[in-house]
Amino acid sequence: MEWANAVVQGLLLGGLYALLAAGLSLMFGVMRLVNLAHGALAIVAAYLGYVLVQNTGLPPFATIIVVIPVMAALGWVLQSTLLNTALNKQALAPILVTFGLAVILQNLMLQLFTADYRSIQVGDLAGASIQITPEIAIGVFPLITFIVGVIVIAALQQYLARTKTGRAMRATSDDREAATLMGIDNKRIYALATAIALAIVGVAGIFIGIKTQFNAYSGDTYLIFAFEAVIIGGLGSLWGTLAGGMILGVATTVGAQLFPSSGTLLADLVFLAILAFLPTGLFPKVVNG
Amino acid sequence: MSLALSDNTAGHRAQVHRSTRASLVGLVVAVIVVVSLAYGPFAFLTKGNQQNLTTLFIYIILGTMWNLLAGYAGMVSIGQQAFIGIGAYGIVYASDILGLGLWIGLALALVISGIVAYLVSFLAFRLSGGYFAIGTWVIAEVIYLLTTQINTLGAGAGISFTAFRGYKPEIRIAVVYWIALAAVVVAVAVTYLLLRSRLGAGFTAVRDDATAAATLGVNVTRSRRIAWVVAAMGCGLAGTLLAMTTLNVQPGSVFKIQWTAFMIFIVIIGGVGTIEGPIIGAIVFYALERYIGDVGFWYLVILGIIAIAMVLFLPKGLWGLISGNGRLRLFPTGYRLTSPLPTPIANGTPDSREGESS
Repeated sequence: MEWANAVVQGLLLGGLYALLAAGLSLMFGVMRLVNLAHGALAIVAAYLGYVLVQNTGLPPFATIIVVIPVMAALGWVLQSTLLNTALNKQALAPILVTFGLAVILQNLMLQLFTADYRSIQVGDLAGASIQITPEIAIGVFPLITFIVGVIVIAALQQYLARTKTGRAMRATSDDREAATLMGIDNKRIYALATAIALAIVGVAGIFIGIKTQFNAYSGDTYLIFAFEAVIIGGLGSLWGTLAGGMILGVATTVGAQLFPSSGTLLADLVFLAILAFLPTGLFPKVVNG
Repeated sequence: MSLALSDNTAGHRAQVHRSTRASLVGLVVAVIVVVSLAYGPFAFLTKGNQQNLTTLFIYIILGTMWNLLAGYAGMVSIGQQAFIGIGAYGIVYASDILGLGLWIGLALALVISGIVAYLVSFLAFRLSGGYFAIGTWVIAEVIYLLTTQINTLGAGAGISFTAFRGYKPEIRIAVVYWIALAAVVVAVAVTYLLLRSRLGAGFTAVRDDATAAATLGVNVTRSRRIAWVVAAMGCGLAGTLLAMTTLNVQPGSVFKIQWTAFMIFIVIIGGVGTIEGPIIGAIVFYALERYIGDVGFWYLVILGIIAIAMVLFLPKGLWGLISGNGRLRLFPTGYRLTSPLPTPIANGTPDSREGESS
């Protein structure tokens, strides 16, 4: 029954992919900006967590208290300075700037931490599991990841749907000029959106750091997964993104059994198949994210 | 080449030019440079010089191709390494494994790059903007991962290129150098002629405003697809040159995304949307790599900072500075209107067919 186990693990892994995808989706939804530095930023958060655990003895999950505000502040500053400037320039500028940012962050991390793999140690929790049937066991940590993923998606959904700033974000997304005329400061909204996106990336980064060994190059894979989850789920649908993440998660864990040397191949093929046959994704435009 | 527009106002004739005095001088200089470079191995170029110049030529080809995509057709791809890998593996497969020899192998590698590009375009073109960029990367990853599953191609370990077996090293280096020189000339000339054609005007129209271009009768998807296939074949050509220089094709090396990062740096530094830009950019990039490349990862950090600064504050790159924001053109692809009357129309929009993306 290792297949059944792989499927269960994959479904839970989907929560992590959805966390990564939510930030990407939010930034694209609000300002049509595809952040190519998204994966690198997740690894920045993972290193931040690692350094905190190593140097302060903070419990791994408690590092979130520091990582979330730091990443949010970084997002605010990045958006207010670099990215808002790029959005006002020629059409290719935002993509090129975030690509440049990814290269800078990745190589800074290589310089600081070398290419050696690190991970955030959580002790017994890493191996703990709940036996469901004699064959299927659910890991406690993957379960926590999944629950956090669902909570964050639900919270973001509610924030966008019900709060005043959430509505302002959706208004800016639909029609920037009209929103500006209604008194919405779109630069502030953009900065806020990026701050929230990076806060979520911060959470994802900590979970990546605990789940696997990572180095500066690991961000590439996570950017691709986040992007695939967004497209599979359908642009603009947060719950679709979660479903997309879960499909990818299953494809990853099952794929790792099928092609041990090319772990992500099946996930990428599933993505391409959905792009070919369901180009608007599984849940197109259910709710504006 | 110029054609006269009829102008009824008493003997004044406005004229549309395609070439300029600078472009004629540029052509003569380019011919002299290419001829001297071709003669170089007999006289003044050492083996090391030839190898270095071959690398530079590969960079010029890559920059020119990425610029054709992004600078003219408005498509940012971060998956061009797919075609570098296909070109490299293609020539090894056709020349060595099928035993077709160097030249047919080279031609076949380009054909394969073009066919694969054509086929994957139907997937990639479902996405646009930044998502197109990541989509091309996913496609490159899939091609990379599939390649590592093929045992004939050495799977994950890579494969040697043996078409040059039996050549003396100095002969091989010179031959590869000449092929690379010819490849640069072909790549730049094809791009230039393509952009001067009706199709090229269509590319820039699509880049600047796809909807408006479509209403004017430009077949947007077809234009993009042609640019995409040509750029893929150019990157495939660079891939074959890599196989010829390294004599050993390894999947992790030919398919690495750093190639695309290099292309982007080259184009941004040199100047996006001009033929001259990527050539200047490749020379500067090569010099930077050679002289500050030994500072480790800081080198790429510095390049990233330079690239961001240039995108934001010097979007036309070094060539934009040198040419006075496009007034000097060695490879003019647009139309230039001159009028004997001192009207602001002629001075205001010297290159109206070559609008900039903004």
